[in-house]
Amino acid sequence: MLSYLLTGLLVLPLAGALFILITKDDTPGGQSNIRWIALLTTIATMLLSFVAWGRFDPANPAFQLVEDRAWLSETIRFKLGVDGFSMPFIMLTTVLMPFCIVASWVSVEKRVKEYFIAFLVLEALMVGVFAALDLVLFYLFFEAGLIPMFLIIGIWGGKRRIYASFKFFLYTLVGSLLMLVAVMAMYWNAGTTDIPTLLAHKFPQGMQTWLWLAFFASFAVKMPMWPVHTWLPDAHVEAPTAGSVILAAILLKMGGYGFIRFSIPMFPDASLYFAPFVFALSVIAIVYTSLVAMMQEDIKKLIAYSSVAHMGFVTMGLFTLTPQGIQGAMFQMVSHGIVSGALFLCVGVIYDRMHTREIAAYGGLTERMPLYATAFMVFTMANVGLPGTSGFVGEFLTLMGAFRANTWVAFIATSGVILSACYALWLFARVMFGPLQKPELKKILDLSPREVAILAPLVILTIYYGVHPAPVLDAFAASTDALLKSTQAALGAAKTAALVSH
Amino acid sequence: MPGMSAAVPAFGPALPEIIMALGTLLLVLWGAIRGERTTGQVTIGALAVLVIAAVMISGQGALKTSTFNGSFLVDPFGRFMKLCTLAGSAIALLMSSEYLERSRANRFEYPILVLLSTLGMMMLISAGDLIALYLGLELMSLSLYVVAAINRDDVRSSEAGLKYFVLGALSSGMLLYGASIVYGMTGTVTFAGIAAALKDHGSIGVIFGLVFVMAGLSFKISAVPFHMWTPDVYEGSPTPVTAFFASAPKMAAMALTVRIIITAFPGILSQWQQIVVFVSIASMVLGAFAAIGQRNIKRLLAYSSIGHMGFALVGLAAGNPEGVQGVATYMAIYLAMTLGTFACVLAMRRGNTYVETIDDLAGLGRTNPAMAFALAMLMFSLAGVPPLAGFFAKWYVFVAAVNAHLYVLAVIGMLASAVGAYYYLRIVKIMYFDEPAEAFAPMSPLLKTVIGVSGIFNVAFWLWPAPLVGAAAFAAKSLF
Repeated sequence: MLSYLLTGLLVLPLAGALFILITKDDTPGGQSNIRWIALLTTIATMLLSFVAWGRFDPANPAFQLVEDRAWLSETIRFKLGVDGFSMPFIMLTTVLMPFCIVASWVSVEKRVKEYFIAFLVLEALMVGVFAALDLVLFYLFFEAGLIPMFLIIGIWGGKRRIYASFKFFLYTLVGSLLMLVAVMAMYWNAGTTDIPTLLAHKFPQGMQTWLWLAFFASFAVKMPMWPVHTWLPDAHVEAPTAGSVILAAILLKMGGYGFIRFSIPMFPDASLYFAPFVFALSVIAIVYTSLVAMMQEDIKKLIAYSSVAHMGFVTMGLFTLTPQGIQGAMFQMVSHGIVSGALFLCVGVIYDRMHTREIAAYGGLTERMPLYATAFMVFTMANVGLPGTSGFVGEFLTLMGAFRANTWVAFIATSGVILSACYALWLFARVMFGPLQKPELKKILDLSPREVAILAPLVILTIYYGVHPAPVLDAFAASTDALLKSTQAALGAAKTAALVSH
Repeated sequence: MPGMSAAVPAFGPALPEIIMALGTLLLVLWGAIRGERTTGQVTIGALAVLVIAAVMISGQGALKTSTFNGSFLVDPFGRFMKLCTLAGSAIALLMSSEYLERSRANRFEYPILVLLSTLGMMMLISAGDLIALYLGLELMSLSLYVVAAINRDDVRSSEAGLKYFVLGALSSGMLLYGASIVYGMTGTVTFAGIAAALKDHGSIGVIFGLVFVMAGLSFKISAVPFHMWTPDVYEGSPTPVTAFFASAPKMAAMALTVRIIITAFPGILSQWQQIVVFVSIASMVLGAFAAIGQRNIKRLLAYSSIGHMGFALVGLAAGNPEGVQGVATYMAIYLAMTLGTFACVLAMRRGNTYVETIDDLAGLGRTNPAMAFALAMLMFSLAGVPPLAGFFAKWYVFVAAVNAHLYVLAVIGMLASAVGAYYYLRIVKIMYFDEPAEAFAPMSPLLKTVIGVSGIFNVAFWLWPAPLVGAAAFAAKSLF
């Protein structure tokens, strides 16, 4: 039976965007209508994704809910489907989207219509990235997301928004274009861009190296890995709150998803060959960006650098090619999606009140904002990786995988956990504790019901997945097994071939 | 009687062109007798002729034949490119009247010259030998020189016409020189004959001739290093004329370049491939970097078109059916993008004056959201960002190049397109991120339609790409 669920997830946000397009926004009533349409659309999309989740069988490592339509040619098709690696990200996208809409409820005052259209289009494209089962289709969604994000940063961003938006766009574009050449080369080698077929295809060893590097160029920028991470702090600082949430929670995950979907299973020899290289970059990212984060004066910039460090754990875990490493990386991505998104929402809360993100402008907020301080504390602890929060599970598993692969890497990375505690706790102390001296802060209000509605579910999710990570881990357990089995088989075959030729 | 059929060639395959020629002559008479007031009527007549020609050409179906002793070819490739050319001419002509009326340059000769040059383009696309090639090329070019200077009271327009003429004459000379060398070396002027003569070996003389032919053709498609005229002529000519230059003649000249290289010189592929790769890289890189500093949007689009010709040549460099399919797809999509963009430029009017700098677009996102959105999508499409049509254009040429193992070309091209993205993005930035300037005067329904159709084509192409891509593939097959 042909399922239309995934197409529905693509079409629904676009339909909402179209609906907003024909709504008038020149009156406050019209603007309010637009907000409600956007919210209802994202909630409907979320509910539809729950239906997809219900139909999805995590024990089956194969692609499910597959839809296949004619597109460019017989070999380049409009094919959608999900497996254990993509389903969690689709859920993450659709679940976080309503929060972003609510977070933008009052803070976006100018060009409301365009804002919500951009977000809904972005949602459709992000779902498309994770649901695409054709490499060209994947590339299409992967790149197309740049357009709405460019506009979101550039129109609704802060003071240096233009610089940040150009940097974001051009950095990611250059990386992706190299990947496009690799996609073309793969097309001629395998005769198709169908992802399931490519997963079973064996690329020649020499070619794998080049393909791996080209894909790496794209995903490393997207991830972002040191040293090509410099676009991220700029983009995060300038983007509006909801833009930062999407950027940190979902767009960054596309890099990790790319590694797990393409680089590792399609180029196993090259992945093994380059693993030390990735380890080196990862540990540098973990240690270096943690140190950089410590010295930041802007709250958002600090969280942005901490994201780079956390993504370092992800890349390290992925390339250990162990079940713990890969599962940990997947979990870390899901957890970081929730936690970093929530942290940016928290920054948004005080930014809406004070219109500054400087750490020095705050202090002693616990006195006036106890609820806020509690929520912020939970997310800070999750960011540090405290046991009992979702942040712990991912870091622990990736480090366990790293210990199996390379003790030194694991050793240095573990020191990064300590550093993350330093910058996160210090941030918390400077913003929340101490005497409430600044006169502007004396009248600051605690969370409004709307803000409680945004943050409470995320607090619950963070703690729930911290003590009971099984639902998430089970989602990709079967897929991880299948991935490692096929990778080991390919590596084994290569070794045997090397032995025979000697 | 076999002798008779040799003496009287079959006119049937060339009927659309013959009707175009007759129609043009009738319109000249009509205009000459009735005087200046007839501009509107002649324009309508010219459009009717273009439509009739298009209908007849599309009626030729998959016909593949030749007439006039092989100097006039009819094949699906020609049909595809002719339809694109006719569409370009017709839309450019449609967009012209309003502008020319406002700048008091609406002479009845204008539609006739456009029609004549289009006839030359048809000849060019169908050319099967070097003589027909030259005939078509000159008919096209001579009309274009005059059209560039149509606003004769305007210094810039006259300068553009003169520059175009002098440089164009030089390039025609080079082409003729090259053609005569090729003839001298192979003893034949038909493309099929040249291919047969070069089957076993290519002498240095033929390569020498080929270089000169390529130089002449590069001039017509404004590829580096024969691009110098483009920015000046684009800037100086009246905007609708620029729109015309950017669309139809490019189609025709590119079609001919593909045809002559693929059908006449397949035997010396490795020789011409070097030339095409060089021209392509040089055009892409120069187009990307030189456009960055431009403030005048017509000049910027001139450099952009230089870059785009470089991208289209990537497909030709591959030299395989996929490559030709890529060129055909690229040119068709480029046509749609460029016409839409020029329609936006034509809508940049305050009162009765047309403005041309990119800063005039400031804040268009707020003063005219629909036009800003369409232009932004066109810019992203020209930059080659998916899911817009421009991405698929690039996909097809580069995929062919990768198939031919031209990896260096592909990587350089990709990087050039990233550099090029910068200046397209800057236009988006000016429209959306900057404070609004004074709003433009309301545009005519016609411009709205062109912008709308072009915008929808660009945005929705990915949903249903099969028809165009299939037609291009079918067209490409007929050359091999």
